[in-house]
Amino acid sequence: MNFHITTLVPELFFFCLVLVLMIQSLGSREWQPPVEKWLPFGAGLAFFVAITGFALQGTMFWGVYKVDMMSQFFKIAIAFGFYVTVLNTSRQPTLEDGKRADYYMLLGFSTFGLMLLSSAVELITIYLALELASYSMYAVIPLRAKSKGAAEAGVKYVLFGAVSTALALYGLSYIMASQHTTHIAELMNKSWSFADQPMAVVGLTLFLTGMFFKLALFPFHFWCPDVYQGASNETAAFVATMPKMGAIVVLCRLAVLLKPGLEITTIIAILGALSMTFGNLSALAQTDLKRLLGFSSVAHAGYIMVGLVSGTPEGVSAAAFYGLAYLLMNLLLFWIVSRIAVDGRNLHLKDLNGLYKKAPVLAFSLAIGAFALVGLPPTMGFMGKFFLITSAWDHGYNWLVITLVLNSAIAIYYYLGLFRHAFTEEKAPADVPAPDTSWFASAGAGMLAAAVLLIGIIPAPLFNFAMTAGESLYGIVSGGGH
Amino acid sequence: MDFGYPVLTTLIAFPLVAACGLFFLRSPQVVRYYTMAASIIECLLAIPLTGFTMNAEFQFVEKIDWVHKWGLQYYLGIDGISILMVLLTIVVLPLCVMCSWTYIGKREKEFHFCLLIMTSAVLGVFCALDLVLFYVFWEAMLIPMYLLIAVWGGDDRRYASLKFFLYTLAGSTLLLAAIVAFRITGGTFSIPELMQMNFSFRFQFWTFLAMALAFAIKVPMFPFHTWLPAAHVQAPAAGSVILAAVLLKMGTYGFLRFCLPLAPAASEYFAPMMIAISIVSILYGGAIALGQSDIKKLVAYSSVAHMGFVTLGIFLFNMQGAQGALLQMLNHGIVTGALFMLIGAVYERSHSREITDNLGLGKYLPAFMFFWGFMAMASFGFPGTNGFVGEMLVLTGAFKSSVIIGFCCIPGALLAAAYMFRVSLKMAWGRPSSAKTWRDLNAREWIMLTIPAVFVLWIGLAPAPFYKIIDPSIEKLLNDFDKRKVASIEVEQPLQTAAADVLNVIAGKK
Repeated sequence: MNFHITTLVPELFFFCLVLVLMIQSLGSREWQPPVEKWLPFGAGLAFFVAITGFALQGTMFWGVYKVDMMSQFFKIAIAFGFYVTVLNTSRQPTLEDGKRADYYMLLGFSTFGLMLLSSAVELITIYLALELASYSMYAVIPLRAKSKGAAEAGVKYVLFGAVSTALALYGLSYIMASQHTTHIAELMNKSWSFADQPMAVVGLTLFLTGMFFKLALFPFHFWCPDVYQGASNETAAFVATMPKMGAIVVLCRLAVLLKPGLEITTIIAILGALSMTFGNLSALAQTDLKRLLGFSSVAHAGYIMVGLVSGTPEGVSAAAFYGLAYLLMNLLLFWIVSRIAVDGRNLHLKDLNGLYKKAPVLAFSLAIGAFALVGLPPTMGFMGKFFLITSAWDHGYNWLVITLVLNSAIAIYYYLGLFRHAFTEEKAPADVPAPDTSWFASAGAGMLAAAVLLIGIIPAPLFNFAMTAGESLYGIVSGGGH
Repeated sequence: MDFGYPVLTTLIAFPLVAACGLFFLRSPQVVRYYTMAASIIECLLAIPLTGFTMNAEFQFVEKIDWVHKWGLQYYLGIDGISILMVLLTIVVLPLCVMCSWTYIGKREKEFHFCLLIMTSAVLGVFCALDLVLFYVFWEAMLIPMYLLIAVWGGDDRRYASLKFFLYTLAGSTLLLAAIVAFRITGGTFSIPELMQMNFSFRFQFWTFLAMALAFAIKVPMFPFHTWLPAAHVQAPAAGSVILAAVLLKMGTYGFLRFCLPLAPAASEYFAPMMIAISIVSILYGGAIALGQSDIKKLVAYSSVAHMGFVTLGIFLFNMQGAQGALLQMLNHGIVTGALFMLIGAVYERSHSREITDNLGLGKYLPAFMFFWGFMAMASFGFPGTNGFVGEMLVLTGAFKSSVIIGFCCIPGALLAAAYMFRVSLKMAWGRPSSAKTWRDLNAREWIMLTIPAVFVLWIGLAPAPFYKIIDPSIEKLLNDFDKRKVASIEVEQPLQTAAADVLNVIAGKK
């Protein structure tokens, strides 16, 4: 077993962070200092450590764990997502005081699982990491004081999660039985055509359901709007972003198996097309903001599939870049949702009315977030979508690209609704607490919005990173191959 | 000519930077003066453009790698076609600020912010030489325009703004698909490089349709014009001015910059259809305008007709047609912009845009009526005004191309005279129900109307300098067009294989 401790510094640092949280959660409830006082610094440091480790490389644990450009890209994104989530959650109004350390510990464990997931290059390891990332989520989602909906959401998530992981495990057994290996690197050289290996194709499809569930891809999305709606705003922010990053990195790794024209690729393409269409059409009818965002993420899961079906490094890197864009855009929107709903209630579209007057910075950031999700330039969402469609065009899935383009046109309506309510409607509902306009709220929203805008205008550095990561999966640059 | 500094980037970036400065201002009056100053500085920053040399090359070129691995470039440059549009945009900005001086009574800061941002985006559209950069600017202009209508518009503003947004965005998503297709087939996003390539007829056929839809919605051509009257009527005066003066030109500019050079064979193939739609737009716009009781709606429908002349000129593929089209783009910007400013002025006094509420203005507002009459004459192409020069050229081109096309346009010109006369006569000599105490134009309004009036006469009486600017570029455009449409035509029957093409596109085969 080859083991290089230096290559694992980001994970180890994060693991220590989670251990400290665990110790605090075990101690007395009044243990000082409160977790919100120190955790943002810890999470910030973890993000910093993840950045400094971007050039690390190495394969260990008998080839099941691989630190490469792709894993580092996602680790940085996940660490950043955790940092923002921690900041976002620091003023969570619907969490009982005694449960704070436990809450962060569970979020931390889930994030740690996602970090492992981004380096896992073997199916069983992927499965284990996925479970580690999921278990804590089952416990976190119902943590919303005095809300019946939260319990329902929790149950839904557990049931759907259990079914999809069971399917994934079932698929894993098929793959093992037919291809005699679970290492992606070796699976790359096997045939994935239905005619040659029907069992393996069925197995991979089933295995992918685990990822599709996390990503909320149609038809594994049914939990998504309900869970967003039932969970507290801050928890929803986590569920809506982080597990998806984990799913995307695994799908990127598995995408090297997919060659255009294979049955399984076509299945994924069809699921993608259905997912975007279904998500967007359903979102049109929503008035609950979190449900709307839930359906929008179903649509976005479909968009990401466009990058994966092309079977090229460009496609994989476009999907990775879009994953990052999605993370930022959704963190931004959920940040604003959490700041407007200072009492932790669920927001409806009309709650946004007159936001430009009450909280101009939040309103402006909301506009940037909404237009980024539409895919309007000059935001990161546009660049992401642009890379996706350029990568997929001419690889046999032009119809999928056209579906994406048409879906973007449908999506305008409801995203524009967010903007319209915030900027052009004046009559705000009475008797609701004013949005949080503190410097903390504005600075957070402003910075995330600035990031969405700036990366949209100057995408080259991050995109080149994603591109190198994509090429490394295909063995084009050093550290290549699985 | 090299001025040692990036002229075009400065022009695009300055309004953006100035817009950010607005955040630090409080008083509405200061906001107005500040924006006015910014727009005058913007005009001054355009002085280096006088160094434009009269040839067909792209000038003031700036080229920086944007996303190297994806072949994106920050690539700007202007030729004879775009320079007029750039200048028009820059001149319209201070006029917009002036004409909304007293009209905008709420959220002044945001209003001027939108104006400045939009100027940046539109300038970017006219300067971009990279397809994606073009698309970025093309889409970026949507949001401020949406806000201008949705926040400061009339009673029905929500409907109008949404319609505007959905129409234009739905159209441009297909433009994006065409852009990607050009990159995959041509290997680059650079417009000048793509202009040198010969694409297969099938490829041109589909990309032309995708691009033409986006541009036709923007122009707007019949039957995609329905967003325009709604948007115009609801938008505040400055919004209508900027919409009529520059935004509509983006569509026709797109035809000239993309459809003709990149898909010449398809342009020729679709020319009869485009010409037919143009003629329908001219006749339909004119006929509907004739029946309007709302002055703003009348001018909005007249825009559909005038822009019909422009698209007609473009798809005639002869020198006069193209010259006339380009000149009409400029003329329509000046004249219709001025007409909307006048409507804004009269609305401020009567709070109504109905013709019947604005009768007898010749007596109460003689200066206003003078400008109105002057612009109305320019609008229907009275000799000596710019409208005459442009329309005449298009008509000459039409007759040169085919006598039938020429004859089809004549009623359009007559209709224009009819609706303009009708509204002007009523407004000038109609008998108002009660005596009015309206004050005539003030100094600010005099200034903002004199500037377009000077251009009307200049282009009308001495158009030679404008020809000098546009002729080389148009000649090159048409020469290239003639050469390349032959080179790229394949011997096949495209319409018979259209269904097969759809299936091939779906299946991912070329």
